[in-house]
Amino acid sequence: MQTDIYRVNVGPIHPSTHGGLHAEAVMDGEIIQDVIVHLGYVHRSVEKIAESRTYQQFVPYTARLDYLATNLPVLGYCQTVEKLLGIEVPERAEYIRVIMAELSRIASHQIAIAATGIDLGATTGLMYGMRDRERIMNIFEMTGGQRLLSSYIRIGGVAADIPDDFIPAVRSFVNDVPQMIDEYNGLMTGNEIWAARMQGVGILNPEDAVKYGVTGPNLRASGIAYDIRKAEPYGIYDRLDFDIPTGSRGDSLDRWTVRIEEVRQSGRIIGQALDNLPEGEIIARVPKTLKPDPGKDIYHRIESAKGELGYYIVSDGGNKPYRLHVRAPSFINLMVLPLVCRGGVFQDIITNIATLDPILGESDR
Amino acid sequence: MEALFVNLAAVLSGWLTSLGLSPIWADTVLLFVKWIIVITIITLNIIILIWLERKVSAFFQERLGPNRLGPFGIFQTIADAIKLLTKEDIVPSAADKLIFKTAPMFFIVVAVMLYTVIPMGQGMEVINLNIGLLFFISIGSLSTIALLMAGWGSNNKWSLMGAVRSVAQMVSYEIPLAFSLLGVVMISGSLNLQDIVAAQGKLWFIILQPIAFITYFIAATAELNRGPFDMPEAEQELTGGAYTEYTGMRWALFFLAEYTNLVAVSALMATVFLGGWQGPWLPSWLWIIIKTYGVILVFFWVKWTFPRIRMDHLMSFSWKVLVPVSLGNILLTGAGIYFCRWMGWC
Repeated sequence: MQTDIYRVNVGPIHPSTHGGLHAEAVMDGEIIQDVIVHLGYVHRSVEKIAESRTYQQFVPYTARLDYLATNLPVLGYCQTVEKLLGIEVPERAEYIRVIMAELSRIASHQIAIAATGIDLGATTGLMYGMRDRERIMNIFEMTGGQRLLSSYIRIGGVAADIPDDFIPAVRSFVNDVPQMIDEYNGLMTGNEIWAARMQGVGILNPEDAVKYGVTGPNLRASGIAYDIRKAEPYGIYDRLDFDIPTGSRGDSLDRWTVRIEEVRQSGRIIGQALDNLPEGEIIARVPKTLKPDPGKDIYHRIESAKGELGYYIVSDGGNKPYRLHVRAPSFINLMVLPLVCRGGVFQDIITNIATLDPILGESDR
Repeated sequence: MEALFVNLAAVLSGWLTSLGLSPIWADTVLLFVKWIIVITIITLNIIILIWLERKVSAFFQERLGPNRLGPFGIFQTIADAIKLLTKEDIVPSAADKLIFKTAPMFFIVVAVMLYTVIPMGQGMEVINLNIGLLFFISIGSLSTIALLMAGWGSNNKWSLMGAVRSVAQMVSYEIPLAFSLLGVVMISGSLNLQDIVAAQGKLWFIILQPIAFITYFIAATAELNRGPFDMPEAEQELTGGAYTEYTGMRWALFFLAEYTNLVAVSALMATVFLGGWQGPWLPSWLWIIIKTYGVILVFFWVKWTFPRIRMDHLMSFSWKVLVPVSLGNILLTGAGIYFCRWMGWC
């Protein structure tokens, strides 16, 4: 039978593309022949803005890179600048940073869980994920005074000391994490339809994952236990005990279960950080004007919720970076979308976008 | 109370004949009145039903649901209906205008026609058809055409994909749908819905035909385009499927028709499997409403719990599981009836 190849534009205005993603699907009936990813709909020239802002002024901009895990990009940037200038961060600040970073990771994964739920038609899953994330938002409000983009982490430490009701709130949240995971598994992972839609869908081989430079939960789902918190510990992560969950098949179901397990591990990390939280200073003595040595450059990376988030800063001796580059994990992870979609049916595009969990603010910058 | 509506009809009919109308004309007027009542009840019922679905889904999702307009937000749906009525009617310039405009009307007409045969109480139906069940199934399958019209007429890829999916899905699920009802017909020996109700005087068919009940429920969910089989709409994938290009009241008509279908199918399930209007103490027309709402709540429960199934899984589930199971049920029922007669029990 004579059939035509047709093109469907999934996005940039579409309910399930997690922001301004435009995936052009080349379809043969219901079978996907190719997916072409068009990016740049939320491009805000963050890297260029960095060149006209002082080091301190640029902190809030980084929070807007990955707005769902707001403390992680801020942490990455602040640590890069600290490394560049050789600033020593007080012990207490390091612990608070770990707590905030891991809470952000949980918040980001809960958005991923919720969004996967709604993308696959399990509307109740959305509500469960958002309901639990709300508690983290309240904790952020306690510390930074803002819910989504608190910019609480600063160069040299954190903006303010934690309030009295912070520790009980975090503690009760961490205690409820296993129960939350049981709920997600009971509603979604355990469902036949859910498993059928995810198992064997969007398989990413470990070889391809490495070749494309995929990092984060997506890489670990393919079976490679690579986590920068373990491979190249920053902050105080070498003192904390946690596991790296990995998958075996590299399909959507593995990516989903790895994220859920990471929520559990982050809960463990927060628990340990709370137990060992020392007293003391919360911010180092940082000069008002930061002027690194001319010609000095630095690359620092952290394990963001989406993967390896790196900052490359070149200094010309002034109080502004000469050049700043962000290695955005979402951008690189999105590049495998055509690879994992090919040969699947139309609905798999949605499943794959959901489980690859890109964030367009970071990808387009 | 029992014969309230039947008596009302008799009074009206007597009054019309006393006015000097011939019996044929009196019957026609009565039929017309019955239709107006049915349509009014459907529309009012849907306002309650949409509110109920919002409240039920809110309960499942730990939300509050509508709670601002009126007690428990009961007037929210009315406000929404007014909003939809006053919205701009947009017809895409590339659309096939005639098909685009008639599709929602066709859908709602087909949905309303389903109520013709459902017995809403003792001696309460619009027309007492002796092939009522067959009529219901065949009219129910016409809604496929409405969705195809909507998808084709919109001239939009999403709409067309939704329409193609809905046709594939409905054609596949028609078969187990009809087959699962055959077992009931074999036992009761009639296609007349009042006879089927009467045959359940001692034992409801859900006990005699549990497999048929389950296969019918699954097939009906697919036929109604409700979750987890809401493929044709699939707002997260197809951005609204066949309804993508519709706005305002045209879109609302589709929505209305879907709920109308839902009530009709639930009422049929109550009639065929749950003993229809029969029940103790309460009047018959109240019993059918209670049973119908019970079935509707189960539909809500399923929709707000399950994720959406994938298209190819949907098709293979119909052809590889539902069709063989419903065919096996017919065989089993036949053997059961033969055995029953051989033993002299019936």
